[in-house]
Amino acid sequence: MGEAIVITSGKGGVGKTTTTANIGTALALQGKKVCLVDTDIGLRNLDVIMGLENRIIYDLVDVVEGRCRLNQTFITDKRFDCLKLVPAAQSKDKSAVEPGQLKNIIDELKHDFDYVLIDCPAGIERGFKNAIAGADKAIVVTTPEKSAVRDADRIIGLLEQESHIEPPKLIINRVRNHMMKSGAMLEIDEILDVLAIDLLGIVIDDEEVIAAANKGEPIALNPNSKASLAYRNIGRRILGESVPLMSLEENKGFFTRMKKLLGMR
Amino acid sequence: MSYQRPPVMIKGVKDGLILKLDDQCSYDELIKALKNKLAERRHHYLDGPLVSVKVVCGNRFLNEKQREEIQSVIRSEQKLFVAEIESNVMTKEECETRLKQAQLKEVVQIVRSGQILHIEGDVLLIGDVNPGGKIIAGGNIYILGALRGTAHAGYGGATDKVIAASLMKPTQLMIGDVMNRPPDQPDEEPHYMECAFYDPDQDQIVIDRLQSYFRKNSVENKMLLEGVKQAWGKQ
Repeated sequence: MGEAIVITSGKGGVGKTTTTANIGTALALQGKKVCLVDTDIGLRNLDVIMGLENRIIYDLVDVVEGRCRLNQTFITDKRFDCLKLVPAAQSKDKSAVEPGQLKNIIDELKHDFDYVLIDCPAGIERGFKNAIAGADKAIVVTTPEKSAVRDADRIIGLLEQESHIEPPKLIINRVRNHMMKSGAMLEIDEILDVLAIDLLGIVIDDEEVIAAANKGEPIALNPNSKASLAYRNIGRRILGESVPLMSLEENKGFFTRMKKLLGMR
Repeated sequence: MSYQRPPVMIKGVKDGLILKLDDQCSYDELIKALKNKLAERRHHYLDGPLVSVKVVCGNRFLNEKQREEIQSVIRSEQKLFVAEIESNVMTKEECETRLKQAQLKEVVQIVRSGQILHIEGDVLLIGDVNPGGKIIAGGNIYILGALRGTAHAGYGGATDKVIAASLMKPTQLMIGDVMNRPPDQPDEEPHYMECAFYDPDQDQIVIDRLQSYFRKNSVENKMLLEGVKQAWGKQ
């Protein structure tokens, strides 16, 4: 029996779908059986980022409306056999599915997979309620922006009222490299201070993430990117390993490191 | 037959009349007796000034309608008005609300964006109020944590309430029906253990250390005491 993790944020455009794709890939890299479920009905993206758009035959709404069995919707990833995607419908909207129906689907998936990752749409309405209905755990994605943190706070408040979901964990996405240098680490402390939940990981803002998404290859596949490493670390933390937070500083020259070592700064 | 007290007794005091209503007889009997009693004494106060009446009804519970009826009976005598109706009993409901208003309630919670925590009396919040969150109390608000959202003390109009927080960084403060917010250019220094209270001299909410609120109040009390003493001395 696996566990279902919903990935949500409240605000749109902070990287929920990218995070879902990459965590899924990272878990698959560890050999886990993973199913990604896109609940953003009407605005589906997860299939695009995974590069599986052209393989969709049946979708979530088809299952709900009884046109197919659940396992007929499974799209197997190009790279990993153990990674499957259940796509959302594009021609309907959120009201095509009810929370109870989605819960049944997630419960069914949990029998067959180690991890079921649910990609949640933005907002706090029907789509959000659908997405969290079957989840056991939650990951809240935010960026170091005031508005994103505010929305994350609201979402955490809503998640805390759901007794079937464990206390949510936080991913801070799109942390700028140069912000880190100019003491923006403090900003991350401030975010954690306000939201007061466990930090699951920090992902730096990397142009390669978007480039990879456009190619339909999650960045987590590329071992040379820092963002990729961050996602892999998040995957390992989900599996229960304790992985220290990656240093966000740029690699400094030998002399700088030497000076630091000697306490000269 | 034993001696029976009359259902209505009138007592004159310095600032008006006290009407003592019997709490054993039936209500109808009481109203009848009240009307009679007032009618027979009408000539006493007909040409005098307005007289205030305090109604004491002992262990009788009067509902809203009955209170109104007694008031209208008394008011129908032209020179009388009802100052207050005193009863030894109240409903369980009323008692519970009073109790709630008088209590200090402890809450362990983070009041997050979009959430509203509403307490009847005083509240001791162990946790934070985040931006977009709101804490409302009929009494005082004490926060062991950061206040980053909105706080409203003295909900219902009392301006003698305070808002205290370990870290004071509010979006908005309200005490009674007075509202204030921090300046648009916030100073960088953090504000620890501060207290917001209503200052009648400035007619606005001010933020200061909790100690200074009490010091100020005790000074006022002292001045009041001095005034009373002087007044006594003159007599």
